[in-house]
Amino acid sequence: MNFIKKSPWILHYDGSSCNGCDIEVLASLTPLYDVERFGIINTGNPKHADILLITGSVNEQNIPVVKQLYEQMAEPKAVVAVGICATSGGIFAECYNVVGGVDKVLSVDVYVPGCAARPEAVIDGVVKALGILEQKQKRMRKRKYR
Amino acid sequence: MGNRTVIPFGPQHPVLPEPIHLDLMLEDERVVEAIPRIGYIHRGLEKLVEKKDFQQYTYVAERICGICSFMHGMGYCMTIESIMDIKIPERAEFLRTIWAELSRMHSHLLWLGLSADAFGFESLHMHTWRLREQVLDIFEETTGGRVIFSVCEIGGVRKDISPETLDKIDRILTDMEKELKEITHVFLSDSSVKYRTKGIGVLSKQAAFDLGAVGPMAKASGIKRDLRTQGYAAYGKLKFEPIIETDGDSYARTSVRIKEVFQAVDLIKQAIAIIPEGGINVKVTGNPNGEYFTRVEQPRGSAMYYVKASGSKFLDRFRVRTPTFANVPALLETLKGCSLADVPILILTIDPCISCTER
Repeated sequence: MNFIKKSPWILHYDGSSCNGCDIEVLASLTPLYDVERFGIINTGNPKHADILLITGSVNEQNIPVVKQLYEQMAEPKAVVAVGICATSGGIFAECYNVVGGVDKVLSVDVYVPGCAARPEAVIDGVVKALGILEQKQKRMRKRKYR
Repeated sequence: MGNRTVIPFGPQHPVLPEPIHLDLMLEDERVVEAIPRIGYIHRGLEKLVEKKDFQQYTYVAERICGICSFMHGMGYCMTIESIMDIKIPERAEFLRTIWAELSRMHSHLLWLGLSADAFGFESLHMHTWRLREQVLDIFEETTGGRVIFSVCEIGGVRKDISPETLDKIDRILTDMEKELKEITHVFLSDSSVKYRTKGIGVLSKQAAFDLGAVGPMAKASGIKRDLRTQGYAAYGKLKFEPIIETDGDSYARTSVRIKEVFQAVDLIKQAIAIIPEGGINVKVTGNPNGEYFTRVEQPRGSAMYYVKASGSKFLDRFRVRTPTFANVPALLETLKGCSLADVPILILTIDPCISCTER
C-alpha cells in the first residue's frame, strides 16, 4: 500500500493491560511517530471509530464493556489486539482473574506482538487493519447491490 | 438545593487512558459525592508467586505497571535481596538510581502531557511528549527496551552503562534542561493554564495527612514525606531535598512534579559524576527464607512491597501497596464541591495508575 485511502479513527480501550502498551499506543500518536499527520485520531466516541485497539487481556468484569464498545461502532470495523496480553494473556495467562486474549470475546483481525508492543508495531497493525477495513467495505457493497 | 443527578464517568472515557468508573452525584453543576468502582483491570498477579519461582517473578513484578516498571522491579529485588542477605555491588546501586530517576522523569513528563491534554492544550501535550521521547531513547540505548526493560535482577543489574554513554546521557540532559525550562514555564506562568489549575481541588495539610496521601499529592499539601531520604540504592550518597509546596491545589501538584523533573536531572548528573567502577551483579544461590518489607519512592508516591518466603523456590506471599491506591481517598475528597467540568483534570491530578492500584 503506497498511500492510504482513508484516515481511520481509533478507539482505544485498556482491557487489563499493565499500561506499557497503552503508553506506546499514545506514543505513536505523538510527535516522534506522529500518525496524526495521516489524519489518524484517537477518539473517545465509539460511534466515530473505525478501529478498536485493545490492550491487555479480558476478564469477567470488562467483557461487557468491550462487547458494548464493539457493538456501538459503525460498520465496517476492525479489531486490533495490541501486545501479547491481548493476544493470549501473556505473562498473566495463569492469573485467576484473566479469561484470556481478546479473541475469547470478539473476532480479532490483527494481532500485534510484543511486551510492550513498540509504536512501530502498533502502527503496522493499524495499517494492516486498514487493508482489512477496505475488504470489509467491498463485501458490504456487494451485499448491498445483490 | 437543586435536583440530584448521577452521572457515570468511565470506564471508557477520552481523558482516561485506563478504565476506572466513578458515579458522580451532582447538584446542578456541583459534585456532591463521588463513588468509585474499580476492578476492571484486576489480574490477581500477587497469587502468581505460587506458579512462578522467585527469579521469574521479577518479570511479573516489572509488569505491575508499565510506567514505573523499573521501580517495581527494583522494589521487589530489594526485598528479596534483604531476605537473602545479598550485598549488591556499589556500581549496580548507582545504575539502579540512574534508571530510577530517568523513570521518574519519563513518568512526570507523561503526566504533564496528559494533564495538558485534559485542560485542552493540545500543542503543549505534544511538546511534552516530544521531550519524553528523548528519555525513552536513553532507555532504549542503555537497556534495549522503551517501557519495560527487564534490566533489574536479584543480585544487581543485568547491563552496564559504558563511561562514554554516561557522558552522552549527561550531555543530553544538559540540552534537555533548556527545553524543559521553556515548556514548564508555560505550565507555571501561562494565565489560561493557571486559570484551570490554581485553587482547583484544594487538599489541606490535615486532610492529606488523615487520608494517607502519598507522593506529589502529599508534598503539594505541605507534608515532607519522601522515602528517598531513607537512602536506599545510592540515594544516601547523593544530595537532595524533598520538594514541598503548601497550597495543596492542582497548581501546587503540577509545580511539585515539574520541580521533581529538574531534581531528577540533578540527581542523575550527581550519580554520573561519582559512579564507582566494579562489577554489576553477584551470583545468587539458594532460596529465600523469611519475610521483609520494603518501601520505595515512586513517581506517584511511596510503594510498599512485602514478601514472605519459607525456603522453597516459590514465595508464600507477595503483597504490594501502590501509591495510587493510597491517593484514591484523597481524590474523592478533592472531588467534593468541584464543578463537573473540572472532574477530568482533578482525576488526572493524582496521576492515576489504575493497573498499579488493581494489580
